[in-house]
Amino acid sequence: MSLHALTAFEIAGRVRRREVKAQEVVEAFLVRTHQLDSKVQAYNEIYDSQALQQAKDVDAKIAKNEPVGILAGVPIAIKDNLLIRGEKCTCSSKILANYVATYDATVIQKLRASDAIFMGHTNLDEFAMGSSTENSAFRVTKNPWDIQRIPGGSSGGSAAAVASRMAPISLGSDTGGSIRQPAALCGVLGLKPTYGRVSRFGLVAFASSLDQIGPFSTTAKDSALLLQAIAGADSRDSTSIQKPVPDYGAALTKSLKGLRIGLPKEYFIGGLDPEVEQAVRQAVKALEALGATVKEISLPHTDACLSVYYIIAPSEASSNLSRFDGIRYGHHTTGAANLLELYEKSRGEGFGPEVKRRIMIGTYALSSGYYEAYYSQAQKVRTLIIRDFENAFKDVDVIATPTTPTAAFKPGEKVSDPLQMYLSDIFTISCNLAGLPGLSLPCGFTQTKLPIGLQLLGRPFEEETLLALAHQYEKDHEWNQQIPSVT
Amino acid sequence: MALTKKDVEHVARLARLALSEEEKERFTSQLDSILGYVENLRALNTEGVPPTAHPWPAVNIWREDKTERLQGVERDELMKNAPDREGPFFKVKKVIE
Repeated sequence: MSLHALTAFEIAGRVRRREVKAQEVVEAFLVRTHQLDSKVQAYNEIYDSQALQQAKDVDAKIAKNEPVGILAGVPIAIKDNLLIRGEKCTCSSKILANYVATYDATVIQKLRASDAIFMGHTNLDEFAMGSSTENSAFRVTKNPWDIQRIPGGSSGGSAAAVASRMAPISLGSDTGGSIRQPAALCGVLGLKPTYGRVSRFGLVAFASSLDQIGPFSTTAKDSALLLQAIAGADSRDSTSIQKPVPDYGAALTKSLKGLRIGLPKEYFIGGLDPEVEQAVRQAVKALEALGATVKEISLPHTDACLSVYYIIAPSEASSNLSRFDGIRYGHHTTGAANLLELYEKSRGEGFGPEVKRRIMIGTYALSSGYYEAYYSQAQKVRTLIIRDFENAFKDVDVIATPTTPTAAFKPGEKVSDPLQMYLSDIFTISCNLAGLPGLSLPCGFTQTKLPIGLQLLGRPFEEETLLALAHQYEKDHEWNQQIPSVT
Repeated sequence: MALTKKDVEHVARLARLALSEEEKERFTSQLDSILGYVENLRALNTEGVPPTAHPWPAVNIWREDKTERLQGVERDELMKNAPDREGPFFKVKKVIE
């Protein structure tokens, strides 16, 4: 079996047992990446020499019988909004085109301690705002299953890199579906952990009460492995939770007997593609066969989720992105007459259209005279949405839904109409508003061979249950093992 | 309540964003339709419902009030990202006229 078809778990095992050198693994993935990425365009930058050096360091440790981490020699792609010291971090924005990170994000430090190898920084919608990677200032990433289509977003590069096996695993960030939606459209697994499970320190902030970093992988076992490596409290992120990190790998085989799964009726509605609905219902039947019971539930405020999100996320973004002033770092306009003009022009030239649009919505929603009607009301409705989930989780243990209403769409289809684009996140947003863990896993293909995703939502800090369901489902369903030919 | 170009100009000033005439026109209609969409929230009764700013109750986490050097980063390294500087300082336009 060629190296690129191995999982992270398999690679780490072989490297540890000296069956293969980390250097050979990294070389194989680099060769494949250079063959495929001219078509897929998943990466903003590929770190050839740095990755080879890291691999040699891991091999040297093994040669000296020193202990190595759980991801020894495993290549990983990193979304370009996570800081790797000494490398550029652009957020796919002109305003950060030349920004070089001066420190590591906590997740990057943890990955270093696990002996993982950084393959490169992957493309995203600018500042993680979008659902297709079309909002990148640099390139539009292609869906490896059909390069005429988008990979989803905002973590489209990280999803496409794993789908095309340019890396066995990758990291993304998820504010309203930015891990789960591209995972579904690219046919891989994507996990948004519970809010606070993973430190956000060193993630360029978009909406701080919603953002969470999480793994992409081709198996549930690899999701568990990567989550194990990055989870845990961090003194540099006061929103990270002081709660012991369980053994996610051990949880994969736990019994699913009697587990109660809820299907929210509000998620099976008009606008849901019949092929997607059929695949999702089929997958739920398969979960029943594993010992779970299924019942219909209701999340009455589902209709309000998109509106709440498109007030709260832009409001937080408008505040977070005020740090880009053109002075301390980032794009700096030439020839401004005064300080105000320097701010306005640097930002006007540096930010792309979607980022400007969201800063404008957020600033409006927070501005004097509109705060109560928009921001404050959205925060109250957010409470109602959370209560819906609390009520639902009294009757069921897991909620299953489609991840997206349709399979991957084509570039240009939605980009001119922001509202149409926002609607592609309609099933993924509630999870962030409520802070819950959410997993998207491959559950089939359309007739035209485009991947379909099943979304599982759990109670706070119950990632183990989601991973166990995915792992046991994978045993009889090999959607996740299919590799696109990228033509 | 329709959003006007004047509103867009006001918000752009608050957000410190220079917009072209074409952007102002486009944002006026796009923001108007987005704000129209989120109108559905007004109909919901939220009397007595507390707002949620954060998924879990946030608590202050204290540390010793002393400086720590993050990952050994030196000032020079940080200053390399500054687009306009003089020696160890950021250069800014005159703040007080």
